[in-house]
Amino acid sequence: MAPVIEVRDLVKTYDDLRAVDGLTFSVEAGEFFGILGPNGAGKTTTLEIVEGLRQPDGGEVRLLGEAPWPRNLDLCRRIGVQLQSTAFFDKLTAREQIRTFAELFGADGARADAVLDQVGLGDKADTRTEDLSGGQKQRLSIACTLVNDPEVVFLDEPSGALDPQARRNLWDLLEGLNDSGRTVVLTTHSMEEAEALCDRVAVVDRGRLLALDSPTNLVRALDAPVRIAVVAGALDAAAAERLAGVDTVEVDGDSIVLITRDPAPVLTELARREALDGLQVRGATLEDVFLDLTGRAYRA
Amino acid sequence: MSGTTVRSLARAMFKGFVRDRMALFFTILFPLVFLFLFGGIFAGGDETPRSDLEVIGQVSLVDDLPPDARQVFDDLFVVHRTTDREAALAKVRDGDADGVLEQEGDRIVLHFSQADTVGAATVQGTLSSFVDEANLASAGVEPRYTFEAEQVEDESLARIQYVAPGLIGWAVATSATFGAALTLVTWRQSELLRRLRLAPVAGSSIVVARVVVALVIALSQLAIFLVSSVLFLGLRLDASWWLSIPLVAAGTLTFMAIGLFCGAVARTNEGATGLANLVVLPMAFLSGSFFPLDLAPDWIVAVSYLLPLRYLNEGMLDVMVRGLGPGAVVVPILVMLGFALVVGGLSSRLIRWDKA
Repeated sequence: MAPVIEVRDLVKTYDDLRAVDGLTFSVEAGEFFGILGPNGAGKTTTLEIVEGLRQPDGGEVRLLGEAPWPRNLDLCRRIGVQLQSTAFFDKLTAREQIRTFAELFGADGARADAVLDQVGLGDKADTRTEDLSGGQKQRLSIACTLVNDPEVVFLDEPSGALDPQARRNLWDLLEGLNDSGRTVVLTTHSMEEAEALCDRVAVVDRGRLLALDSPTNLVRALDAPVRIAVVAGALDAAAAERLAGVDTVEVDGDSIVLITRDPAPVLTELARREALDGLQVRGATLEDVFLDLTGRAYRA
Repeated sequence: MSGTTVRSLARAMFKGFVRDRMALFFTILFPLVFLFLFGGIFAGGDETPRSDLEVIGQVSLVDDLPPDARQVFDDLFVVHRTTDREAALAKVRDGDADGVLEQEGDRIVLHFSQADTVGAATVQGTLSSFVDEANLASAGVEPRYTFEAEQVEDESLARIQYVAPGLIGWAVATSATFGAALTLVTWRQSELLRRLRLAPVAGSSIVVARVVVALVIALSQLAIFLVSSVLFLGLRLDASWWLSIPLVAAGTLTFMAIGLFCGAVARTNEGATGLANLVVLPMAFLSGSFFPLDLAPDWIVAVSYLLPLRYLNEGMLDVMVRGLGPGAVVVPILVMLGFALVVGGLSSRLIRWDKA
């Protein structure tokens, strides 16, 4: 089956800034695909070009086999787009809001109400959108993008402005989005979000693609050592260095950090010495992947 | 463009407007206050105020008036008798009286203050005509000419007749301009415009929906202002008043186009509000919304021909008050539609969907 999205050598320049600089990737049907990168990496621009909001300066884009630029109304009917700001009609209630969008997309009112329930806003149906919390607005916004049962859903930094609790709630909702074979494309600057949600992640920086794989594979490919932190009193640094498998030891305030590429025997030995209280194990994350790819620490 | 799309969008816009207290205030209440201020409180103007006259001692001109002249005199003057000359002069100086009259032999002297030129001129003019009449009478001559002044309008023509059409024009212009400008800017700011661009919605549907909503608002304004003016301010409508409906409709289109221009040029809400004010407010002054153009200096009248609001105001006056028929609205409507076309065309080239 042909990919749902095909992007080849995509280029977009603003004045003298190359916002997108030769991106190539494709997204398969049913995938939860992430575009990850720091602010200004060109994520949103890429997304907007794929959606058909902007014209690329170079390269080629196919969405569901068609060109999204110039504006393609048939394509509009088959996709759902959630923009960075929650774009609503002024002073309407949640239900009026989603029903208006339903009418614009030719969906019926029952469908609109069902989607409102699906995102957990059934009891907020008669609340004006300006009185909803940030997380609720974001859910309503996503509900509005789902009202036409789109084949492809685009989410531009959906959890950007949310507090941690609201963000977890949103992830619960987003996780199920591609269950029915729907394709989801999400941009995020949160490594954690990409790891939690995406099947595959394109890591971009300065408009270029740095890596493209599943989060697990990206981390595994780093072959980075595991950091095991034990409470300082449980073990002294010299003894720690003599443990089999430990490469180096760092003393970091209240804890001693054992760095190893072979954590199993080290953990067994620590257990034997009853040094497991307060123990923390940290493997590599996408942040380390970014550091490795760019030589810079990741700052969202 | 589809009917359902236009209907959905228009409904959403209309709800947004009706629930916006600020918009309702500026569209309905604020102009109503102006209407009552200009048309109500200042409406005492149709009865000529009497002048206060201090009379020192005996003045035969006043004392020996024949009965019919006496009545006319009393309609024009409130006479205060006094013997204290200094106190009487001080009253004129302070503006508490319009003049002091005294007689020295055959000389009748009027003291007046230059501070109140209008009051002074009125008193001088009226008194000298009484003196002339008394001279003729004492010489035993029948006057050859008589003079009578008559207002050309219906005698009961109140100020509201002139105030209402201009203020309605101003109110319609303001709400159409601001409505279009602010919708465009806030929708762009909130990215709703982009979202609609990503929905199967034709651009023309958005415009048509906005036009429908603006027309409903403008005609509601017209209805509310006319009903309150007729009921509470004594406005008397001429038979062809209904022609104000097409006039208001054409004016709405014109000022929506101007609003679209403001919204296309401005980036923020504040910018759009400022720009719309900058266009509409001076235009209202120069187009006879707040005072009749007949009283304006020539240069204002000349400038007014370039402003669409003039055509709306004058057209409204013609059909609501001056008793002119359908012929009077043809030119104003054509001029306004021309404006709408030119400015609207220009705006549509300048409109941006995106913030950046």
